[in-house]
Amino acid sequence: MGTLEWVAVVLFVALAAYAVFAGADFGGGVLDLVARGPRREAQREAIAGAIGAVWEANHVWLIFVIVLLFSCFPAGSAVLSQALFVPFHLLLLGVILRGVSFVFRSYGPHRTVLLRRWGRLFGIASVASPVLLGVCLGAVSSGRVRVIDGAVLGAAAAVLSPLSVALGLFALAVCAYLAAVFLTVETEGTLADDFRRYALEIGGAVVALSGVVLALVGREAPHLWRGLTEGPGRAVVSLGAAAALASGGLLLTRRYRAARAATVVQVVSLLGGWAAAQWPFLVYPDVRADQTAAPQATLVAVLTTLIPAALLVVPSLALLFWVFKARPDRAR
Amino acid sequence: MNVLTAARAQMEVSLAFHMVFAAVGIAMPILMLVAEDRAIRTGDPGARALSRRMARVTALLFAVGAVSGTALSFELSLLWPGFMRVAGPAIGPAFALEGDAFFLEAIFLGLYLYGHKKLSPRAHWWTGVPVAVSGLLSGAFVVAVNAWMQCPPEGTGVTAEGLVSPSPWAPFLSPAWVNMAVHSTLACTASVGFAVAGVAAAALRRGDTRPHHPHALRIGMGMAAVSALAQLVSGDFIAKMVARTQPVKLAAMEAHFETARGAAVVLGGVVDSAEGRVHHAVTVPKVLSVLAFGDPAAEVRGLNSFDRALWPNVNIVHIAFDVMVGCGSVMALVALVWGWFSWRGRGSGAALPRWVLSCIVWASPLGFVALEAGWIVTEAGRQPWVIQGLLRTRDAVTREPSAALTFWGFSLLYLGLGVAVVLLLRWFGRAEVSDHHGDAATEGELRDGHA
Repeated sequence: MGTLEWVAVVLFVALAAYAVFAGADFGGGVLDLVARGPRREAQREAIAGAIGAVWEANHVWLIFVIVLLFSCFPAGSAVLSQALFVPFHLLLLGVILRGVSFVFRSYGPHRTVLLRRWGRLFGIASVASPVLLGVCLGAVSSGRVRVIDGAVLGAAAAVLSPLSVALGLFALAVCAYLAAVFLTVETEGTLADDFRRYALEIGGAVVALSGVVLALVGREAPHLWRGLTEGPGRAVVSLGAAAALASGGLLLTRRYRAARAATVVQVVSLLGGWAAAQWPFLVYPDVRADQTAAPQATLVAVLTTLIPAALLVVPSLALLFWVFKARPDRAR
Repeated sequence: MNVLTAARAQMEVSLAFHMVFAAVGIAMPILMLVAEDRAIRTGDPGARALSRRMARVTALLFAVGAVSGTALSFELSLLWPGFMRVAGPAIGPAFALEGDAFFLEAIFLGLYLYGHKKLSPRAHWWTGVPVAVSGLLSGAFVVAVNAWMQCPPEGTGVTAEGLVSPSPWAPFLSPAWVNMAVHSTLACTASVGFAVAGVAAAALRRGDTRPHHPHALRIGMGMAAVSALAQLVSGDFIAKMVARTQPVKLAAMEAHFETARGAAVVLGGVVDSAEGRVHHAVTVPKVLSVLAFGDPAAEVRGLNSFDRALWPNVNIVHIAFDVMVGCGSVMALVALVWGWFSWRGRGSGAALPRWVLSCIVWASPLGFVALEAGWIVTEAGRQPWVIQGLLRTRDAVTREPSAALTFWGFSLLYLGLGVAVVLLLRWFGRAEVSDHHGDAATEGELRDGHA
């Protein structure tokens, strides 16, 4: 494997980690918004408890993705930033409002009206952000963004294409599903039942939307269709579909831990199928990763900086999740 | 508003906003750890209450810093695709290291803020140490990028194919890096120290007897005083470096138009760039030559010896520079006054005189003012270049016409967030902290107080 492929692998790992961990945090916000029934406040507390300590760390994966893109594929990332100028700005708005509304609600005065308003903003921003991320993925795969003589054309058509919109909604559903499944593990009793019910309902939406997305890929993005139905892409997507069915079955039989594992496999595989089909294009069809890569020395230097990351950040993350997701409270 | 103006304005607003929260993220964890260490060792309830309050403030402001910093990492590409196309490979490793450090900071801050219930008091304290260390490191790494833009190391060039760089580690080879990293870190510790001490001094002055205030005053002023005094030395290093590496910027900072030996320093005044004069300024002979080159007879090049197309906005750079130096000088003076009275009162536990408290209150916002003014000098003073001598700002900017819209949108957003943060901090100040050790910092331990 060459240096460029290593960079691609690292980029994918960061993107997948962001999708799973931050995706679940966004999904938590979605569930906060749609929480209903007599236990909705308890549900909201469980959601806040699940994401409070970890959302900022999970958020850093996005910064890694951006830094890897602009340092390793500077020309490609310049095209991305022009083609996605508007959706990226809206995404930033979503990311900012999600973060601040969550901390303002957690740390501010516990007055009902304030809690409700910050909570509403938190939910709306948590809905908008994954939709925009999905739209961006759709736009770079749609084939509608063209780079002709250095000018970036067709951005609006790409962002608003049916495929991009459908991918946005699909990303939203997947995030909410992740959160609901994760919360079945992190809660008990009737609360776990509530999240199971949400997960099964949202899982139905995920299945329906994946059908819509596949149909649109077949119609609008033949290159992506080929990548998803042939070669390694096909194997990865099949794995994802199997994991999706498995996670649904495991939820039905209340095997929550196994369902969580299956859901993670599902999300990583679906994203992996997309990545395999998209590679080597950053923006199909005019921007190829290999043609816009930074000099070899830069790629090596960036990969070198990831060694301290791997040595320090990974065990620290493991500690964070172990303390908050596996360790009981101290006895008083 | 044309796209270049809009993009510059959006970048300025975003940086200016983020700067405050970044400074808190760098400096507040240090104070938080000192306070908690004191609480653990002595069991002092005031120190404990202070460490709790600081944890809350850090949690709130760090989150705002994290998301506004994310916005900046996108905005670099969104607003300056021409810059990132050239600079991406050179600044990538520094940004990746900054990302590593920021990752650790976020992870351990999560452990620190939510770990009360899960960890022993000392283990909890130790989770704060990586927060403080990686906060300092992430600041130093990201300043390396700016140092590279101010002063790219020898052998750096821009060709039609892109960047020519002597090394992928170029930002760390910039002669400006260490100087700038020290200067900006001290600016952060001085600002936050003065702000914390100022809040405590104001409370003590109005007779608020809650026990965390004396601790906050002492710890905050301790950090602020050391930083403000060290900053005088660091500032001198920077001035001499700028004189060598960015003579146009130095001339603009000092509103120095005519090349002269034994050049006078110009304080204040209104710059008339067209006429090449400064009205209503105070001048002190020979001082500029000493500050720039350590020699009263040294020649200092004036703006008129450079092509006018290479001048930054002299008025802005000069005023911002004087504001920064003025604030820094006042802070150093207040630091000395505080140091003298604390030293005299040591042991006896005597309170500081009321007028000293007033000085601290009045000086408390100056650190942030100086921090912002200093970055204006750095950034506006580098214009018309985005990478000094290599790439002009106007050649780096996006062509996206909606930049005017995003500028107004983000300005309004940050204005709203700024107001919300101020209101929340005021509420923090009034609210009571429950003293029950073991509460998670999030579980509503603050109640509306009557103080």
